[in-house]
Amino acid sequence: MKFAQSWRVAALWALPLVFLALFYFYPLGSILAVGFGRAQAGELAAIFTALVSPGIRSVLWFTLWQAALSTLLTLLVGLPGAYLLARFEFRGKALLRTLTGVPFVMPTLVVAAAFNALLGPRGWLNLALMAIFDLAAPPVQFINTLGAILVAHVFYNTTIVLRMVGDFWSRLDPRLGQAARTLGATRWQAASQVTLPLLLPAIAAAALLVFIFDFTSFGVILVLGGPRFSTLEVEIYYQAVSLFNLPMAAVLSMLQLACTLALTAIYTHLVSRLSRPLTLRPQAYTQKQIITRWQRIFTGATLIFLLGFFTLPLLGLAARSFSRLEPERRQRSHVETGVTLDFYKELVENPRASLFYAPPARAITTSLGYAGITALLALGLGLPASLALSQRDGSVYSRLLDPLIMLPLGTSAVTLGLGFIVALDQPPLDLRASPLLIPLAHTLVAFPFVVRSLTPALQSIQPRLRQAAAVLGAAPAQIRRYIDLPLVGRALIVAATFAFTISLGEFGASALIARPEYPTIPLVIYRLLSQPGALNYGQALALSTILMVVTASGMLAIERLRIANVGEF
Amino acid sequence: MKKKYSVAIIVLLLAACGRVEPEIPVLTVMTHDSFAVSDDIAAAFEAEHNVKVIFLKAGDAGSAVNKAALSVDNPLADVFYGVDNTFLSRALEAGIFEPYASPLLAGIPDEFELDPENRALPVDYGDVCLNYDVAYFEDHDLAEPGSLEDLLKPEYKGLLVVQNPATSSPGLAFLMATVGHFDAGYLDYWQGLVDNEVKVVNDWETAYYTEFSRWGGQYPLVVSYSSSPAFEVLYAEEPLDKAPTAAVTAPDTCFRQIEFVGILKGTQNRALAEKWVDFMLSTTFQEDIPLQMFVFPVNPQAVLDPVFQEYLVDAQEPAFVAPEAIAANRELWLDTWRQVVLR
Repeated sequence: MKFAQSWRVAALWALPLVFLALFYFYPLGSILAVGFGRAQAGELAAIFTALVSPGIRSVLWFTLWQAALSTLLTLLVGLPGAYLLARFEFRGKALLRTLTGVPFVMPTLVVAAAFNALLGPRGWLNLALMAIFDLAAPPVQFINTLGAILVAHVFYNTTIVLRMVGDFWSRLDPRLGQAARTLGATRWQAASQVTLPLLLPAIAAAALLVFIFDFTSFGVILVLGGPRFSTLEVEIYYQAVSLFNLPMAAVLSMLQLACTLALTAIYTHLVSRLSRPLTLRPQAYTQKQIITRWQRIFTGATLIFLLGFFTLPLLGLAARSFSRLEPERRQRSHVETGVTLDFYKELVENPRASLFYAPPARAITTSLGYAGITALLALGLGLPASLALSQRDGSVYSRLLDPLIMLPLGTSAVTLGLGFIVALDQPPLDLRASPLLIPLAHTLVAFPFVVRSLTPALQSIQPRLRQAAAVLGAAPAQIRRYIDLPLVGRALIVAATFAFTISLGEFGASALIARPEYPTIPLVIYRLLSQPGALNYGQALALSTILMVVTASGMLAIERLRIANVGEF
Repeated sequence: MKKKYSVAIIVLLLAACGRVEPEIPVLTVMTHDSFAVSDDIAAAFEAEHNVKVIFLKAGDAGSAVNKAALSVDNPLADVFYGVDNTFLSRALEAGIFEPYASPLLAGIPDEFELDPENRALPVDYGDVCLNYDVAYFEDHDLAEPGSLEDLLKPEYKGLLVVQNPATSSPGLAFLMATVGHFDAGYLDYWQGLVDNEVKVVNDWETAYYTEFSRWGGQYPLVVSYSSSPAFEVLYAEEPLDKAPTAAVTAPDTCFRQIEFVGILKGTQNRALAEKWVDFMLSTTFQEDIPLQMFVFPVNPQAVLDPVFQEYLVDAQEPAFVAPEAIAANRELWLDTWRQVVLR
C-alpha cells in the first residue's frame, strides 16, 4: 500500500518535473555555466569578494527589508478585504474581486502615470493642497520615494491576498469560531485562537507569493523608486545588460535564488505544522447578511477604501484617454473639458503603414490567446503537482520538491531569458524564436501560483471523505472527480484567474528572444510610450484602458465558469 | 484527466518543433524592439529577391546585442541590425559579424563608418540633445543654453531632468557627451550639475512624459533627441504650426548615436544577407527610416519628409567618444557617475 502510494505520487510529479527540467532548470543551469565559464580563474574570487562588498550587501539588505515591509502592508490592506469578501453577503462581489485584480496586469509605466496624475508634483492632491493652503511648491513628494515603491507593491499584489485568503476563508466553517464564543471566548480570542490559526496556511501561501514578487521587483523599483533604489533584480539587469558582466550577473542570480529557496523552505516547514484537515463548507453556508451598525460601518469603510485605492487611479487614467491632452500645457489647474475619441480612432489606423502595426483587435486576440494557453498549461501542470503535495502521508518527493516549485518566481527574468538563448538552441527544442516560448515562460510564473492556490484547499479535505468513498467502492479517479474536484472548485477558479492575469500582464517575458508578428497589448503600450508626441501618449492611455476592460471581462468570465458544474458543493 | 493535459502539451510541443519546409528561402533579420519598416517596402524587397524576410525582435538595444553575442556559435539569424556605437565594441569583440564591403558604402560619409573592417555598416543616426519647453522659456524670458557649461549657471538651477545612464540609452548618450566634451573633467561637471539640482530618473518615458514641463512636469529642460520637436508636430493632437519644444544643437552639447547592420557569422544565406544589407543602405529604405524609427538616414541622397526639413536641426559637431574607449571605460564611467550623482 505504502509502495503503491509513493508510486502514485511519483507519477503525479512526472509531468510538472519534466516541464520544469526542460524549461527552467536546463536553461538556468546553462546560462549560469556560461556565466561562470566566462570568468577567468582569478576573476571568480574577485566576484565573490564583490558579493560581500558593502555595495552588494546594502542592495541585498534593501531588497529584503522593502519586500518584508511591502508584504506586511499588503497583508494589512488585504486581510480586512478578504474578511469582507469571505463572510458577508452583498451584491457585486465578483465585480469587486475583479476591480481589485485589474492593477495586477497593468504595465509599470502606466501605473506610474496613474499615480502621478493623483499624487505627482502637478497631481490633483498637490494642486488642491497648494490652492487651499496657498503654497508655492507642491507639499507632497511621492514619485521616486520609498513610499511610492511600497504603495505600488500594495497596489499590485493585494489581489493575491484577497483571492487566496478570501477564497479559503469563505469555505471555513464559521461554527468553529461560534463554538469558541459560546464557550466564553471574547471576539478577539475567538479570532486569534481559532480563526487565525485555521487561516494561517492560506495567509502564509499568499504572503510567500507576495514576498517573492516584491523581492524580485524590477519595474516598480526603476520607474516609481527611481535611480536611488536598487534591488538584486535591478542590479542583475545592470550587470548583465549594461555591463555584460555575466559572471557577476550569474553570482547575483544565485544569491537571489538562494534567498527564494531559503524562504520557501521556511514556509514549507511552517505550513506542514500548521495545516490540518477541515470540514470546508459551501459559501452559501458561511456568509452572513450585513445587519448590525458595526457591520455596515466595516463594510462601507472597507468598500470605499478598496474601490478608492484600486480603481480611482486607473479610472483617472481611463478618463484621460478620452480627454484632450494639449490644454494641460500651461494651466494644468484648468478643468479639462475637451472630450475626444481621437486616440481610439488613431489606434485602429496605421497611417505610417508600418509592418509591425498591430490593430487593437489583433493585440487583444494575441494577448487572450497566450493567456488561454497559459491558463491551460499552468492548470494542467499545477493540478497534479498540488495533488501530490496534498498527500497527507508526506511523501519524500513532495517534501523535497515543494520548495523547487517556487524557484521560477524568484529567478531573474533577464538571466532566464538569456538562458533560453543558450539552452534551447538545438532541435527538437529550438524554441528561441518560437511564439510558443511566450506562453511557456508565462506558465513558469503562473505554475507556482496555481500550486499555491490549490494545495491549501486540497490539503484541508478530510481524509475521511476519501476513505468513505473508497470503502464504498470508488476508484481513485472517481474520488478525484466526485470528492476532490467539487471541494476545490473555487480554488481552481482562483488558480485559473491567476494564470490568466499573469499572462496578460506579461511578467518577465519581454526578456525572451523574439516575438515578431504577435505583439500583445502591453508590448504595444510600451512601444507607443517610447515615442514623443500627444497622439502617441494618448494612444498608450487608450490602449491601457482597453487592457483594463479586457482583463476585467476575462476575469469575470472565468468567475462565471462553473468547473464541471461543481463550483458549489 | 492527466492524460488529456499531457496530450495537449505534447501536441503543442510537436506544433512548435514540426517545421513546414518553406518553398521560398527565408532571410532572418535579428533586431531590437524599436525596429520598424513600411509594409510595402519590406514586401518590395521580398518580391524582388524571391525571399521571405522574418524579423526577430530581441529586446532593447543592449539586450539584443547580448543575445547575438551569446548565440555566436549557433546564430539565430542571418543579419543583425541595431547595434549602436555605445555597444559596437561589445558586438565586434564577441565576433558576431562577417565583414562585408557593400558597394553602397561609397556614398556614405566617412564620419559614420566606425569599423574599418566593415563588419558593422552604418545605417542611421540620431542625435541625443537637450530639449526645452519653448513656452516656459518665453514666459520666463530665458535664453536657451548655448553649451554644457551654461547648465551650471544659476538661471538654469533646478530646470534639467536627465536619465540614468545605467538604465537608459539616451542617458548613456548624454553621459558620453559630457565625457567627450570634458574628458577627465566630466565628474566635476556632474558634481556641478548635482549642485545645480539636476533631476535624475531611470528612463526616457518618465523624464519626458512625467518630469518635462511640456507634459505637465516641473522641468523645462530634458535630455531627448534632436528629432523630438519634429515628432511633437507630427504627432500633435491638432495640427501645430510651431513646435512646442526645441532642441539645443550647439557644438559639443549633443552625442550622436549611430546604428549599424552586419551579417552574422555562420549564416547559410550569405548572398541574400548581402542583398539585405545593400537594401538597408539604399535610398528606398533610407527614406523610410525617419517616419518609422524616428532616426535619420546616413545616406545623404535620401530625401527627408518636409516636416523634418522644417523642424529638424542636426547637431552641430556632436561630442565624440571612440567606441573602443566606451567599451574599455563603460563600467568605470558608470560606477563613478553613480557615486557622484546618486550618492
